[in-house]
Amino acid sequence: MSTTAKQPPAPPKKVNRLGLAQADYRGKPSTLCKGCGHDSISNQLIKAFYEYGVEPHRVAKLSGIGCSSKTPAYFLSKSHGFNAVHGRMPSVATGAVLANRDLVAVGVSGDGDTASIGIGQFVHLLRRNLPIVYIVENNGVYGLTKGQFSATADLGSKLKTGVVNELPAVDLCGLAVELGATYVARSFAGDPKQVVTLMKGAFGHSGTAVLDIISPCVTFNNHAGSTKSYTWGKENEELIQDVGFVPFFDEIDVDYDEGEAKKVKLHDGSSIILKKLERDYDPTNRRKALELLLDSDEKKQFLTGLIYLDTKKENLIELLDVVDEPLATLPLDRVRPPKSALDDVMESLK
Amino acid sequence: MSTQTLVGEKESGAKPTVVNDFSIQVATINGSGSQSSNSVLMRAIFQMGVPVSGKNLFPSNIQGLPTWFTIRASKDSYIARKRDVDMLVAMNPQTAREDVQSLKPGSAVVYEQSLGLDNVRDDVVFYPVPFAELAKDVIDEPRLRKLLANMIYVGVVGQLLSIEKEEIRAAITKQFKAKAKAVELNVKAINVGFDYAEKKLTKADPLEIERMNETAGKILIDGNAAGALGSMFNGVTVVTWYPITPSSSLVESLIDYMKVYRIDEKTGKATFAVVQAEDELAAIGMVLGAGWAGARSLTSTSGPGISLMSEFVGLGYFAEIPAVIWNIQRVGPSTGLPTRTAQGDVLSTYLLSHGDTKHILLFPSSVAECFEFGGTSFDLAERFQTPVFVMSDLDLGMNIWMSDAFEYPEKPIDRGKVLDAEALAKVDDWGRYKDVDGDGIPHRTLPGTNHPGAAYFTRGSGHNDYAEYTERPEDYEKTMMRLSRKFDTARNAVPGPVLDEVDGAKIGLIGYGTTHWAIVESRDQLRNESDLAASYLRIRALPFNDELEAFVSKYDRVYVIEQNRDAQMLQLIRLELAHRPELLAKLSSVLHFAGHPIDARSVTEELVAQEYPAE
Ligand SMILES: Cc1ncc(C[n+]2csc(CCOP(=O)(O)OP(=O)(O)O)c2C)c(N)n1
Ligand code: SF4
Ligand SMILES: [Mg+2]
Repeated sequence: MSTTAKQPPAPPKKVNRLGLAQADYRGKPSTLCKGCGHDSISNQLIKAFYEYGVEPHRVAKLSGIGCSSKTPAYFLSKSHGFNAVHGRMPSVATGAVLANRDLVAVGVSGDGDTASIGIGQFVHLLRRNLPIVYIVENNGVYGLTKGQFSATADLGSKLKTGVVNELPAVDLCGLAVELGATYVARSFAGDPKQVVTLMKGAFGHSGTAVLDIISPCVTFNNHAGSTKSYTWGKENEELIQDVGFVPFFDEIDVDYDEGEAKKVKLHDGSSIILKKLERDYDPTNRRKALELLLDSDEKKQFLTGLIYLDTKKENLIELLDVVDEPLATLPLDRVRPPKSALDDVMESLK
Repeated sequence: MSTQTLVGEKESGAKPTVVNDFSIQVATINGSGSQSSNSVLMRAIFQMGVPVSGKNLFPSNIQGLPTWFTIRASKDSYIARKRDVDMLVAMNPQTAREDVQSLKPGSAVVYEQSLGLDNVRDDVVFYPVPFAELAKDVIDEPRLRKLLANMIYVGVVGQLLSIEKEEIRAAITKQFKAKAKAVELNVKAINVGFDYAEKKLTKADPLEIERMNETAGKILIDGNAAGALGSMFNGVTVVTWYPITPSSSLVESLIDYMKVYRIDEKTGKATFAVVQAEDELAAIGMVLGAGWAGARSLTSTSGPGISLMSEFVGLGYFAEIPAVIWNIQRVGPSTGLPTRTAQGDVLSTYLLSHGDTKHILLFPSSVAECFEFGGTSFDLAERFQTPVFVMSDLDLGMNIWMSDAFEYPEKPIDRGKVLDAEALAKVDDWGRYKDVDGDGIPHRTLPGTNHPGAAYFTRGSGHNDYAEYTERPEDYEKTMMRLSRKFDTARNAVPGPVLDEVDGAKIGLIGYGTTHWAIVESRDQLRNESDLAASYLRIRALPFNDELEAFVSKYDRVYVIEQNRDAQMLQLIRLELAHRPELLAKLSSVLHFAGHPIDARSVTEELVAQEYPAE
């Protein structure tokens, strides 16, 4: 061995603040169609988790049923995952977080899963402000059942077969703002930089964060006449603002001119930086948020960015005033009252 | 004829007396506030040492429809419904005539004088009382007057039945607790009733309450509150529900108790979370999410809610997630009779959800078993990693039952096969659904476990030993056969049947749940009146164990007694014994499904009719 020439030192492995590589956040190989928007979102999730340095074992991945809902198998193999029933992931996520408040809950759903069969559970999730990052991979169709319109398809948009959608779309961001979500954003799978930034912002938030991400279905809804195709998205995307993110562990504090950017501190100490573009928009104003959405709907604009943010509202766990430790693993002596308690109750019934 | 026992003669006259063995039925209007009067009357009898039970027959309505409350006093401690009413208190003009018509001859009727009932028939004893008038002596305020008229009947009935006034007063104090003003007014109303009965009524019925010593140390409670207590003392942490009669009071009691006994001393914070869900789909979804994450989680519902939970329950079965579901059964199909009792969900719950699914069901018969199964249900759910149903019913859940005080659960709880990071480190090649112990039960990990190999992917789609997606026939068959093996293991882990066998008996009776109390009493009637000895097997859970087959083998004829139309438990027994066709011929049914709790007299008559068919 001594005769071997001296090797140049191996380039240092790129790792995050936990010492984990991006590969540590990967999942199983995807079985979705090549080019599916959902895969691009999974990749951004991997990147966001890696860059943020979230401990994989603390993450719970939850989903409903659909192509989109399959994706939790394709990222974060070292996290527990739960592929529930169609449209009912919000309740499962609620139970899991109630049982263990330390979990970082990430829900992945589709537009069919959320806006049709699951709309009941979705609105109540919003209302409760459960701490969860809730991602809708919105393609305007039911991918897994072969391309029927979903309730988020725009009025007048066309299926490949020529069928025209005659009903108005459900605006998931509008619902989210109206019913109590505290971090609401829209994005586009074709704009990975914005997707990743909004994801990180959502990780830093403590409450229901809804990311409605337009995610083209290349097989059933990527043709001319569709308003959820890559081409349509690329041509029509209009940024509400330029979103930036500074994590809590980043020492560098960036200074911005008050007039051109706004910085909002998040729950965990990270910040969202909102750089002004064409419009002067304040996402902490709920009334303005709803106005923006109504307005863009009328003008058929495709606006992306942070629509609404409320960092003050109590989340469900805080509201229920439960103990700090996970309920699931409290020791018996803390969840079985003493004998004197039973004696008390028995005495009152005699 | 009747089950009344004639006990001796009263010194004063030749009239026989019926002591501590009769039913009093109070007919009122829903929402008129008669509930406290009824419980005061019942408690006063209880405090005199006489065994009692109380059944509320109420409408699905908040105000205005008829309601009947029946108090049974039974020196022999029979607590099933008694079919015949012996004393009627008729306060409801809508039903008074029909109520009087339905009495058997010789019964007593206390009624609001203005109803003029004494012309309805002449073979019962009438006691007219001007309640509305009398109430004016107690208080001026019209609204309170109505409530107090109800308390006046307690005074009248108390005097007629020789219930001690002191015990009624004590019952009032217990009922109204610290509210001195309410106690005073109600005691006044009782006195008015007592005085009136003393001065104006002549006792002409044989009924009497006499002090006994049969209730010392006993409690009065409904099954829902008992189930709530059992759950609270066995570590429930996540509770979800969607209100539905007759299950709501289980969670409502649980909330009340936990607010007192499950607040962390140091921090003042709750060691539980309760969520009123948007529907039963969400309620069961939350329970499964919580069970998956390691919590002891329950929901409580009834028929319509059970139907809605179907899809999720199949997921719980296939993905192997602990969950406890209380099914407080009511009369179906559909909305059915929402405030009446039945055992009509045995088949649908046992096989709830599509595909090959079957579930562990527990059948409590008593409030004490509701308390006990509050813990057993969680132990089984976590041990077997599957949804477990506690099959109570409206009669058990909402009516008031006498019981021995509940025993404090001393034994540790069973949290099943859960691997934490430390345990996992010692395991080679762990697979979430691998049957390493041969009992069909795999080992699970909880989300949040800090070990790189702890994670797995839970899904309701096809999966292999390592929780990976698969559509391979051999993987699917393997999983399904393991689940079947797991269910077989459960046979001897669930509460076994309770046997009471009689030497020389030719027939056997099989019952479960609230049917038990009618069977206990009916067996005595059969022995005393027809010289018919009957052995008895009480089912406490599904799946069955071998004792069922042994029992059926032993007797010439076996009757399965239940409260549904289609003999649902009998059908399951037939399936279980299908390999022994000679046993099937022995089986028949006694069915009772009109919405009222089953009673002993009806069971006895039906059994006698089947045993001694008219020539
Ligand atoms: C109760 C129930 N009904 C219907 C289905 C069939 N189904 C599976 S996925 C799906 C639609 C999924 O659409 P979406 O949520 O938009 O997901 P995508 O496939 O488009 O990503 C439907 C209707 C089901 N799984 N369960
Ligand atoms: S069908 Fe559409 S949504 Fe489904 S994987 Fe293919 S491209 Fe994606
Ligand atoms: Mg879709």
